[in-house]
Amino acid sequence: MTSVLRVIADLMSNVGQSGLHFFARVGRSIQFLLTLFRALPSLLPRPDLIIKQLYSVGVMTIVIVLVSGAFVGLVLGLQGYNVLVRFNSESSLGTMVGLSLIRELGPVITALLFAGRAGSSLTAELGLMKATEQFSSMEMMAVDPFKRVIAPRFIAGIISMPLLAAIFSAVGILGGYFVGVGLLGVDAGAFWSQMQNSVDFYEDFMNGVWKSIAFGFTSTWIALYQGYDAVPTAEGVSRATTQGVVNASLVVLALNFIITALTLETN
Amino acid sequence: MSKRSIEIWVGVFVSAGIAALIMIAMQVSNLSSMSTGNTYQVKAVFENIGSLNVRSPIKASGVLVGRVSDISYDDQHYAATVTLSIKSHVKFPKDTSASIYTAGLLGEQYIGLTPGADEEYLAEGDTIMFADAAIILEKLVGQMMLNKLSD
Repeated sequence: MTSVLRVIADLMSNVGQSGLHFFARVGRSIQFLLTLFRALPSLLPRPDLIIKQLYSVGVMTIVIVLVSGAFVGLVLGLQGYNVLVRFNSESSLGTMVGLSLIRELGPVITALLFAGRAGSSLTAELGLMKATEQFSSMEMMAVDPFKRVIAPRFIAGIISMPLLAAIFSAVGILGGYFVGVGLLGVDAGAFWSQMQNSVDFYEDFMNGVWKSIAFGFTSTWIALYQGYDAVPTAEGVSRATTQGVVNASLVVLALNFIITALTLETN
Repeated sequence: MSKRSIEIWVGVFVSAGIAALIMIAMQVSNLSSMSTGNTYQVKAVFENIGSLNVRSPIKASGVLVGRVSDISYDDQHYAATVTLSIKSHVKFPKDTSASIYTAGLLGEQYIGLTPGADEEYLAEGDTIMFADAAIILEKLVGQMMLNKLSD
C-alpha cells in the first residue's frame, strides 16, 4: 500500500518539477524580453549594428526562401489545377494559389525556414558567446551585451521576416503562374483577375503581413533567448540550438492557428 | 566581407522585399481596383438583395462603373436600401434601372445598370426609380413546380 503511494508521489513530484521548470523558463524568457525592450532605444544612434545583422539574418536566408517559395508555388499550381479541373473551374487557380500563399503558406513556411536557417545560427552564436564568457567580458568593459549584441539581432529578425515572407509569396505566385498558365494552359487573364477579385488588401494581404511580423517577433525572441539561456558547455549549446528551432517552429504553427481562427471571417 | 558589400547586399535584400510587397499589393490584391477615384452616391431600393454585399461591383453593359458602398434595411418600406458609388465621370440618365444579377451560375452577385432615355442625369443623393430584386433560385424552382402542377 505504502509503495503504491510512494510511486504516485514520485510521479506527482516529477510532473510538478517539470511544470515548475517550464514556468521558470517562461518567466525568464519574459524577463529577457523586457530587458531587451529597454535596450532598444539605444539602437537609434547605431543603425549600422542593425544593418550588419540584417545581412546575416536576412540576406543569408534569401536563397533558401527563394528556392522553397518557387517549389511550393509550382506544387500548388500542379495540385490546384488537378483538383479544380474536376469542377471545371481551373480559372480559379489564381485565387487558390494567391490566397493560400498570402494568408497561410507564405508567412508560416517562411517562419519555419527562418527558424531553421537564421534562428539556429542566432542561438548557436549567442550560446557560444556565453560559453566563451564573452558576455561577462563585455560587461567588464561596461558594454551592455543586450544593447550591443542582442537588440540589433532582434530588430533585424523583425524587419527581415515580413520582407522574406513577401519574397516567398511573390516567388510562389510566379511559380503557380508558370505551372498553371505556362504548362497547363489556364488563361493568363483569368488567373490574375480572379486572384485580384478574391484577394482583399486589408483582409488578406495585411493579415499576411501582420502574421509574418508576429512570427518574426516570436521566432527571433525564442532563438535569442535559447542562446542567452544556454548551458555554457558544448553540449548545452547544441541542445539549446535544437530546442530553439523546435520551440520556434511549434510556437509559430500554434500562433498561426490562433491568428487564423481569430481573423478568418466565417460570416 | 567588407562593410560596403554588406551594405549593398542589405540594400538589395530590403528593396527586393519591398518590391515583393508592392507587387503583391498591386498585382494580386484588389488595392488597385479599389481606388475608384471620385465617385457620386446614388441610392436604390431593392425588395431583396440576395447575397449582394458591400464592395460588390456595379456594371453597365458589363463594364465596371462603381461599387456598392453601403447596404441598410429600411424598416419604413420594409426593403433594402443600397448605396451605389459610381465613378463621377460616368453619367447615367435619371430613369436608369438597376437590377441584381449573378455572374455565372455560382458566381458573385453584382448590380447591372440599364440606362433610360431621360434628358437629365442622376446626381449625388438621387434614388434610382426602377430597381429589380435579386432572382432567388428557390422561388424560381417553386414557381416552375407550381406551373408544372397546374399543367
